[in-house]
Amino acid sequence: MNVDRITGKLNILADAAKYDVSCASSGSKRKNENKGLGNASNGICHSYTEDGRCVSLLKILLTNHCIFDCAYCVSRKSNDIQRAAFTVQEVVDLTINFYRRNYIEGLFLSSGIFKDADFTMERLVRVAKKLRTEHNFNGYIHLKSIPGASDELMNEAGLYADRLSVNLEMPTEAGLKLLAPDKNQADMIKPMGYLKSAIIQRTEEKKLFKKAPIFAPAGQSTQVIIGATPENDSQVLQSANYFYKNFNLKRVYYSGYVPVLADSRLPALNTTVPMVRENRLYQADWLMRFYGFKVNEIVNDSQPHLDLDIDPKLSWAIRNMQVFPIDINKADLQMILRIPGIGLQSAQKIVAARRFGRLNWDQLKKIGVALNRAKFFITCNSSQFERRDLTGSSIKQFILATSQSKFLKNTQVQLNLF
Amino acid sequence: MTTLIYDGTFEGLLTVVFEIYDRRLDRVNLQRNQPDTAAFFENKLQVTTDEIRANRVLKGLTQRISAMGIQRLYAAHLAEMEGEDNNLVGYIRYAFDAAQNIEEDYGNRFVLRVSEMVRMVRREKHRMEAFVRFQKLKDDIFYAAVEPDFNVLPLLIRHFKSRYADQKWIIYDLRRKYGIYYDLHDTQYISLDFANIGKPANIIAAFTEEETIYQHLWKNYFTSVNIPSRKNTRLHVRHIPKRYWKHLTEKI
Ligand code: SF4
Repeated sequence: MNVDRITGKLNILADAAKYDVSCASSGSKRKNENKGLGNASNGICHSYTEDGRCVSLLKILLTNHCIFDCAYCVSRKSNDIQRAAFTVQEVVDLTINFYRRNYIEGLFLSSGIFKDADFTMERLVRVAKKLRTEHNFNGYIHLKSIPGASDELMNEAGLYADRLSVNLEMPTEAGLKLLAPDKNQADMIKPMGYLKSAIIQRTEEKKLFKKAPIFAPAGQSTQVIIGATPENDSQVLQSANYFYKNFNLKRVYYSGYVPVLADSRLPALNTTVPMVRENRLYQADWLMRFYGFKVNEIVNDSQPHLDLDIDPKLSWAIRNMQVFPIDINKADLQMILRIPGIGLQSAQKIVAARRFGRLNWDQLKKIGVALNRAKFFITCNSSQFERRDLTGSSIKQFILATSQSKFLKNTQVQLNLF
Repeated sequence: MTTLIYDGTFEGLLTVVFEIYDRRLDRVNLQRNQPDTAAFFENKLQVTTDEIRANRVLKGLTQRISAMGIQRLYAAHLAEMEGEDNNLVGYIRYAFDAAQNIEEDYGNRFVLRVSEMVRMVRREKHRMEAFVRFQKLKDDIFYAAVEPDFNVLPLLIRHFKSRYADQKWIIYDLRRKYGIYYDLHDTQYISLDFANIGKPANIIAAFTEEETIYQHLWKNYFTSVNIPSRKNTRLHVRHIPKRYWKHLTEKI
C-alpha cells in the first residue's frame, strides 16, 4: 500500500465530505449471525471532532470530481481545488481496518458526480456489495444516492446499505434553482419515492417470508442546508414535515451553512455559521418526532421564526399559558411531555412512580426534572406553586436570568470574537 | 449497628442479605474486604461468600423483581462506589418487604439511588464501547487498554463478542489489572504480567507494521473532518472527557 497516496486521498475526500451532517448509525438491526465482522444494532459515537460533532462513521467521498456546479459545494466544477478519487478496494480496506480497531460503526459514502448519475451510483453500490459479500461485513453502511440514478441501482443499493439518503440541500425549489442550477427537485424526489415504496414492499415480504432479504433497514434520510438562502424556519420545518409524512423519512438533518466559497448568490465569506438556529431546528424536529407536537404549533405564519434565546418547547409553553399549570400527579403522558424541563425519560419515570404515591418537588428533582424551568408550569404534592400569577414573558425573563444555556453562552463567546 | 464485611463480589453481597435475614439484623453497614483495622469490640461480622445462600436470595429476588431488575442491581454493584452497598441492601430489603413490585417506585430513595448508579455504570459501559481502541499485535490479536471509572468489563463481553466474532481480542483494564480475552470461540478473564513485557506502553513493540499505518490514517481522518469555524472546545470535552484521552489513538 502506498501510504502517502492513501493519506493524501483520505485528507481530500474526508475534508470534502465533512459538510454532510448526517452521522447517525442507529436504526438498523443487522446482526452478526455468520461469525463475520460487525453488527449494526446500536449507534455508537466513537469520537467527537473539536467542534463537538460526533464521529461514528467513516464519512468520505468516493471522488470530489463533479460535473455539476452547485454554488454551496466545495466540490463544484468551477472551484479550483485538488481532485482525487478512491478505488473501490481502497474504500473497502479503510472501512474494514477502521472497523476492526473500533474506530467506527461503519461507512458513510457519498460522491461527486463523475460522468453521470448511474456511472457514479454503480460504484457506490459496488463498495457496499464487496463489503457485504466478500468481507462478511455487518457494520453500518449509509450510501448517498445520486439524484437521477436508475431504479435498478437504487434497488441494489437498498439490498446492501442500511440507510440511503438523497439530500434536498435547499428547503424550497426556488432556493435549489438559485444555488444548484444543474439539479432539480424532481430528480431528488424520484429516488425518494422509489425507496419509500420499495421499503414498504420489502417490509411486507419480510413479514410473510422470514428469509426475504432485508432492504435499507434504517430507512432513508435527507439533509437541508440552512442559512444559504433566505427561507424562514416555518418554511424549513413545513418542508421537513412534508417529507416525513410523504416519504416516511427517518431523519431530516439541518446543516448550518458554512461559508466556503465567494459567490454573489451566497452569504459573504465572513458570515458566521448559524449554530444556534441549527440547534433550535433540531429541537423543533425532536418535538415533532417524539413529543407529539404538530408543526403548526411550533412555527406558523404569525410565528415564522423559532426563538433563538429559548428552546421551542419553552417558547410554545409561554405562548400557551392557558394550558398550565399541569398537575404532575394527574396529567396524562402526552401533556407531561409538553412541560418545559421534562424530557422523555423523566416523563416516563413520573408516570411510573406516581402509581406508588404522589410526587413532590424533591422527588421530581431527583427523577431528573429541570425544576428551574418546570416549576413555573406544574403543580405537585406540595402547597407551593411557583408560578403565582406571572405572565409568560416574565417567566421567560426569570428563566433566562437564572439559566443561560451552556450552548448559548458558548456561542456568544464565539460571536464576540468576530 | 452491625458491620458486615464481605469479599466485594455480587454473590458475596447476596450472601450478606441472607445473613441479615437469618440473624434478623436491623441496622447494618457493609464493608468490602478491607483489612480489619481495629475496634474488635464493635459489632463486626465477616461474611464468607456462600453459593447456596446467595442462590437462595437470588431465587427469592426473582420472585420480587424482574430479570431486568436483577441485572440492574448487578450493574449498580459494579460501580464499586464507597458506601453504596448499603443502598443496594436497602433496595433488596425493600423489594422483599413490600407487597408489590417496587422497581419503578422512583419516589423511594433506594430505588432512586440504584437507578442513578445504574445510569452512571451504563454510561461508563457505553463510553467503553465507544472508546476502546484496538491495536493489532503481531500474533493477530487485537489489544486494547482501558481504565474505566467503574468495573464495567463484565458488561462489555456481550457487545464485543457479537461485534468482533472473527478476530481475537483482548480488552484490558489497567487499573483493576485484569482483562477479557476472546479466542474466536469463548471469552475468559485473564491477567497479564506486564513485568515480563516491560511497561504496558512497550506492547507497541509487538505491533504489526500495518498497525502504525492505520493509526496514522485514523489521526489524519480525525483532523480532516474538523470544521475550524465551528470549533466548540467545551462541547468537545464534555463528549470526550480528558481522562480518556491517553488511550484514544486520535488524541495521542
Ligand atoms: S452535485 Fe453534489 S458534489 Fe456535485 S457540485 Fe452539486 S453538491 Fe457538489
